[in-house]
Amino acid sequence: MEQMVMEKATMDPWRGFKGQKWKKEIDVRDFILNNVSVYYGDESFLEGPTEATKKLWEQVMELSKLEREKGGVLNMDTEIVSTITSHGPGYLNKELEKIVGFQTDEPFKRALMPFGGIRMAEQACEAYGYKVSDEIKKIFTEYRKTHNQGVFDVYTDEMRAARKAGIITGLPDAYGRGRIIGDYRRVALYGVDRLIEEKKKDFKNTGARTMTEDIIRLREEISEQIRALNELKQMAMSYGYDISQPARNAHEAFQWLYFAYLAAIKEQNGAAMSLGRVSTFLDIYIERDLQEGTLTEKEAQELVDHFVMKLRLVKFARTPEYNELFSGDPTWVTEAIGGIAIDGRPLVTKNSFRFLHTLDNLGPAPEPNLTVLWSTKLPEAFKKYCAKMSIKTSSIQYENDDLMRPEFGDDYGIACCVSAMRIGKQMQFFGARANLAKALLYAINGGVDEKLKIQVGPEFAPITSEYLDYDEVMRKFDNVLEWLAELYINTLNVIHYMHDKYCYERIEMALHDTNVMRTMATGIAGLSVVADSLSAIKYAKVKAIRDENGIAVDFEVEGDFPKYGNNDDRVDSIAVDIVERFMTKLRKHKTYRDAKHTTSILTITSNVVYGKKTGNTPDGRRAGEPFAPGANPMHGRDTKGALASLSSVAKLPYEYALDGISNTFSIVPKALGKDDESRVRNLVAILDGYAEKRGHHLNVNVFNRETLLDAMEHPEKYPQLTIRVSGYAVNFIKLTREQQIDVINRTFHESM
Amino acid sequence: MKGFIHSIESCGTVDGPGIRYVVFTQGCLLRCQYCHNADTWEIGKGKEMTVDEIIADLQTYLPFIKASGGGITISGGEPLLQIDFLIELFKRCKELGIHTTIDSSGGCYTEEETFQRKLDELLKYTDLILLDLKHIDEKKHRKLTGKTNQHILKFAQLLSEKGVPVWIRHVLVPTVTDDEEDLRRLADFIRTLKNVEKIEILPYHKLGVYKWKELGLTYPLEGIEPPTEETVRKARAILGAV
Repeated sequence: MEQMVMEKATMDPWRGFKGQKWKKEIDVRDFILNNVSVYYGDESFLEGPTEATKKLWEQVMELSKLEREKGGVLNMDTEIVSTITSHGPGYLNKELEKIVGFQTDEPFKRALMPFGGIRMAEQACEAYGYKVSDEIKKIFTEYRKTHNQGVFDVYTDEMRAARKAGIITGLPDAYGRGRIIGDYRRVALYGVDRLIEEKKKDFKNTGARTMTEDIIRLREEISEQIRALNELKQMAMSYGYDISQPARNAHEAFQWLYFAYLAAIKEQNGAAMSLGRVSTFLDIYIERDLQEGTLTEKEAQELVDHFVMKLRLVKFARTPEYNELFSGDPTWVTEAIGGIAIDGRPLVTKNSFRFLHTLDNLGPAPEPNLTVLWSTKLPEAFKKYCAKMSIKTSSIQYENDDLMRPEFGDDYGIACCVSAMRIGKQMQFFGARANLAKALLYAINGGVDEKLKIQVGPEFAPITSEYLDYDEVMRKFDNVLEWLAELYINTLNVIHYMHDKYCYERIEMALHDTNVMRTMATGIAGLSVVADSLSAIKYAKVKAIRDENGIAVDFEVEGDFPKYGNNDDRVDSIAVDIVERFMTKLRKHKTYRDAKHTTSILTITSNVVYGKKTGNTPDGRRAGEPFAPGANPMHGRDTKGALASLSSVAKLPYEYALDGISNTFSIVPKALGKDDESRVRNLVAILDGYAEKRGHHLNVNVFNRETLLDAMEHPEKYPQLTIRVSGYAVNFIKLTREQQIDVINRTFHESM
Repeated sequence: MKGFIHSIESCGTVDGPGIRYVVFTQGCLLRCQYCHNADTWEIGKGKEMTVDEIIADLQTYLPFIKASGGGITISGGEPLLQIDFLIELFKRCKELGIHTTIDSSGGCYTEEETFQRKLDELLKYTDLILLDLKHIDEKKHRKLTGKTNQHILKFAQLLSEKGVPVWIRHVLVPTVTDDEEDLRRLADFIRTLKNVEKIEILPYHKLGVYKWKELGLTYPLEGIEPPTEETVRKARAILGAV
């Protein structure tokens, strides 16, 4: 009898879980809030890596070394088009791995994903000495259209010119748009069968009467989603797991969730394939197992370590140009940790610590992109642990939960770097960014591109005066922004129409509510260049130097002017105005699927490439020099110390840039304090202060410039040296030399 | 009320507790051979700033300062050269509940009555003084700084009598200020003071050498390297420093 009860207890996957609403409908948030065990203690409970973990990680490091030696790619699939079920199972070491599953049938082998664009897929292969099979090439050229081809079928001449000149660039028109986060937790909590059942209900309730284009598209999408869910089950089954039912313990929860994520990365080579907010969710399963006595802390950490190891091995076939734009080989497996619930409870659990602890157990790494949702109300012990790990590894980024919670609630995640979205309820149409520094030059030159010397913008009268007049420049600049905003939104509409049509994210959207909120996520590059340029024109005298065709190709600044990054309102207000002005203009234009307009001030690391494509600017920046990343002040121009720099950036209005405002902060250990204790305390204070001042995002790097210089010369000594760049982290030694120099040249706060 | 300001550092972490808003004042009477702010020496230069301007700027950093248990530190240059300005500034800071610190070498200390009266007033609004004792030996002090140390030691004694919290700092320069006998004498002197909360050894560094060159000055400590960790450890032990 007792044994029967026991068996029944272990059979019920929801045993011991509280709450009702989440059982009746798909509502992971409700499940978390009903069952979370908030942890206020410190890190002393954490366990080191198991022997299995160490062995597996050694194997990974060995493979990474081989991959580096082979020029960046170990193996590529050239025959099989990657789908959820395209490959048989792959393992590192089947006996040791607690969490299984790779994108292809072997680790480090990159999958072939031509739906975004066959040429991109071919180029990615060719760059590493591989060749896509003739048959695949033929299929995707002659029979099956790709997203890329769809976009270029529609682009106008103006769009092509803007793209070529780089006033709008980084557009996801030849690669997967990414930035969609499936609610992978649903698979663990509900099992796939229940999710299919819910989708079938939605299908029935969609468009019973009028078959408009919207309804037709949605019904087709739901059908695809259901198909993808079935394939997900099939893929898991190939690894020997039946995931049709909910996970019954922590191990299954990790595995179910990972399979769901794996399905997404098998099918989409999205720029950012973020994970969401899983650590606290998974903690609920660990807590139950710990209480039932079926799991030890050591084993719990092992699950986390093995899961994180898999996230570190997400790999895509990409072209060197793509990697040049984004630095290294990023996948943006962003995991949001911490934050505060709307009811005021911190969502910090022991698992929040365990995830950060992987930086010790496995060493630092850029992925997963560990993102702490910071609030001044987080438990002090957790704050200190975060700061300690930041100082130690430079692998963590922080985003202001106090700022985002009112907008996105308490179950949002971060896509890519800084884009908050409600998990399973909201997605975005990623829109890269517009180069506003170039737009300013168009204002001066009547829409002629200063590099290509061709008419890109509308042909209005250029400024002809020797000295630039602030009011005149602003008037013209406003016109250029008006033109750019319209062109930009229209271009994005084309891209996302085609992406939905030819490269739809079936499994990710299957793990969303059927009716989702969509945002049209535009972006701004060159903000600090524009702010400083306008400040120079306003507060100093700027003389334009024109070439034989009358195009202003250089500028001479006479006198000093306030520079963004010194907490000086005279120029900071210009930066604020630019953001508000551009956002207001974007909002005027209709978006595809009525997506809500947003913008980000985030360059990824494309600030280097944008700089290359932009001529001399009136702030004194030379042609080709990199922009500052994201919303950062220009290198070396912030002279009043770290907090002045942070305070300038914190002034940018988040309400106008809901897709995020990225700031990268680098400081030498000594400048943070004299000893470890004061460094931790001061870093916590900086994060608290920045949050209170309504700053949005902060990358924290703590190291000496000398370390980086040494790593440039002796990369073999630093296989895991990780640095935070704009909204994500990279393996320093994987950067191009140019990018390495850019990182080293950036402001390191080091005054003492 | 205006002060002559050399520069402002919004994120000081080594001049007092927590994160400090550090105001470097312009002007100093000493000419220390190892000075890393030689560009703050000349009196009457720098940027003129009002108390209102500084308070307004300082207030924007309060979230950081409060979270860290920090405050404002006036460094220099020699802050006490602008004592009227300091009184006004610190009065306002205390109204706002901000922790106040002066980083001084006491180089302009006198027993003259006006100065004493003003100092009394200033100390009412001062929470902490970082007192730089550069050398205990009179002769060597003269060589190092160009001035006697007698009034500086008197300043230290006065602060002790008045019970003003003090952190004693000593810059450790190999062959110049690291003689063990001198350090012992310095330790003896510090032991006579009743107000010392902390003793800090500041290892000599060369980060300010370029400023001498920019000013067209010959750097007197050319060829002297920062102390080894061992030297620093020894000096700490002798002085009882943290």
